[in-house]
Amino acid sequence: MSLERAQVEQIALLARISLTPEEVELFQDQLSQLLEQFQVLSELDTTDVPPTGHAVDLQAVMREDEDEASLAPEDVLSNAPRQEGEFFRVKAVLEE
Amino acid sequence: MAAEEQLTIHEAGRKLAQREISSVELTRAQLERIDRLEERIKSFITLTPELALRQAEQADQRIAAGEAGPLTGIPMQMKDLISTQGVTTTCASRMLEDYVPVYNATVAERLLSQGAVLLGKGNMDEYAMGSSCENSAFFPTRNPWDLKRVPGGSSGGGAAAVSAGEAVYALGSDTGGSVRQPASLCGVVGLKPTYGMVSRYGLVAYASSLDQIGPITQDVTDCALVLNAIVGHDPKDSTSLRLPAADYAAGLGEYTTPSPLAEGGPQGGPVRLGVPEEYFVDGMQDGVRESVQAAIETLASLGASVEPVSLPTTRYALACYYIIAPSECSANLARYDGVKYGFSYQDTQNMWEAMERTRAGGFGPEVKRRVILGAYALSAGYYDAYYLKAQQARTLIRRDFDRVFDQVDALVTPTSPVVAFRLGEKINDPVEMYLIDVCTVPANIAGLPGISVPCGFSQGLPVGMQLIGPHLSEQRLLNIAYAYEQATSWHTERPEL
Repeated sequence: MSLERAQVEQIALLARISLTPEEVELFQDQLSQLLEQFQVLSELDTTDVPPTGHAVDLQAVMREDEDEASLAPEDVLSNAPRQEGEFFRVKAVLEE
Repeated sequence: MAAEEQLTIHEAGRKLAQREISSVELTRAQLERIDRLEERIKSFITLTPELALRQAEQADQRIAAGEAGPLTGIPMQMKDLISTQGVTTTCASRMLEDYVPVYNATVAERLLSQGAVLLGKGNMDEYAMGSSCENSAFFPTRNPWDLKRVPGGSSGGGAAAVSAGEAVYALGSDTGGSVRQPASLCGVVGLKPTYGMVSRYGLVAYASSLDQIGPITQDVTDCALVLNAIVGHDPKDSTSLRLPAADYAAGLGEYTTPSPLAEGGPQGGPVRLGVPEEYFVDGMQDGVRESVQAAIETLASLGASVEPVSLPTTRYALACYYIIAPSECSANLARYDGVKYGFSYQDTQNMWEAMERTRAGGFGPEVKRRVILGAYALSAGYYDAYYLKAQQARTLIRRDFDRVFDQVDALVTPTSPVVAFRLGEKINDPVEMYLIDVCTVPANIAGLPGISVPCGFSQGLPVGMQLIGPHLSEQRLLNIAYAYEQATSWHTERPEL
């Protein structure tokens, strides 16, 4: 199981991480090795075995719909790289 | 009090209660010791001496008013991915280098409301991804037993600090062994509680179905005291369990017989211990194997019955873990987009380019590797082959444990197949680094509690023994560990610094 260079570039794009050509090459090699290791799972017969999401038997925990105090806007914005008034400032999402 | 004296929580608590020392004195001595050692150990990312002394003064007032608990006035370190209001919480990442939380994690809130003294934030592998603390974006932490070696990871700062006496105890987090493995490599006690026992609210997420906060302490009694303080239901964590109140420290009891494990089993008879052969892997160091075998003999001499057991799915646990954890991490770390907090690349008008460069500049190599690996495992066309397959393997691994816990009350294994290794020795080979986690990941996959206690030395470096039990068997594990500790003196060994 080995990854093509283009596959690494495609996944990096999906993950929104720009990689240098050296990183692409390194990850291509390392991730291929890891995927090779993962092949061990193909030995397991998992027919009709349900997946486990997490190991505790709790499902869809609900609480009463009561209002509570929340963080003040200035606190929420206190770590924002860019803000304007009570808003996070972002780059233009829609292009011309 | 001499700066050289290393007190446990229970020893310091007794001295505080009897007014032999004050929390301010204890905290000053602790800060002096940090001053002397930190240049060599590097266990702290952030030090908070003024805050610690203020908290110590308040603790002294509580003690004077007779309102102290077991942790009141005791100086400690918190891993730097546990949110602390007003105190930088970096996750050892450039991404969060200047991030100052505006709220406390539930565990931080619990400890501070009980009068804990925060010395600072502990070094770690970036976002808790790593087994050596070398993935910290800032600097590696050194093993106090040999400064050329790693302390383990990811909670390497916490384990090194407790071992070196830079903190009385520490809080870490354990996703695949990140409390137990560094505890083992530094010769201290580390517990990963049952998944859901300790609130994850305010713990910066790595792999949410596996993450659990746990104590790193000098001995088992301290471990029980910290566990008491951090467990409990939290409505802010939807996987938090509702459990009856328990006092794990009181539950340790006092052993007056030479064979405390002869009748401590849940069925009334001896504690039944299983030794899973699959954990004694190829490549395990002889010294580790010998120390753990000797520890098993000691447990038998204390009255436990010991039998070999088999967990055939163990050989799939690493692959299962290294698919599930990166998959969850790739989803969790999608939040770092340079908009709400953290590092932000601004030098472009293009939104996508800004995001890609923010993440390229903010994340270190191991984080990028896992985010990309996880994105691959979750991507269309590969989901069934990797992520779904790993989740099914997870079910089989759980069933294996369920079956074996019908036969025995707890499992005894090594915590790590190797003692502390040299800085730089494995960092360039992720496959080899990931193999270090072979004995610890199964408990995370199955949500089980696991504790590592010191059980000897090999090449002059500490070896840890791991006990794994069924869900919510913390008291049983602590009792077995306590009986072992009473019969041995490994936990009193400290590095010369």
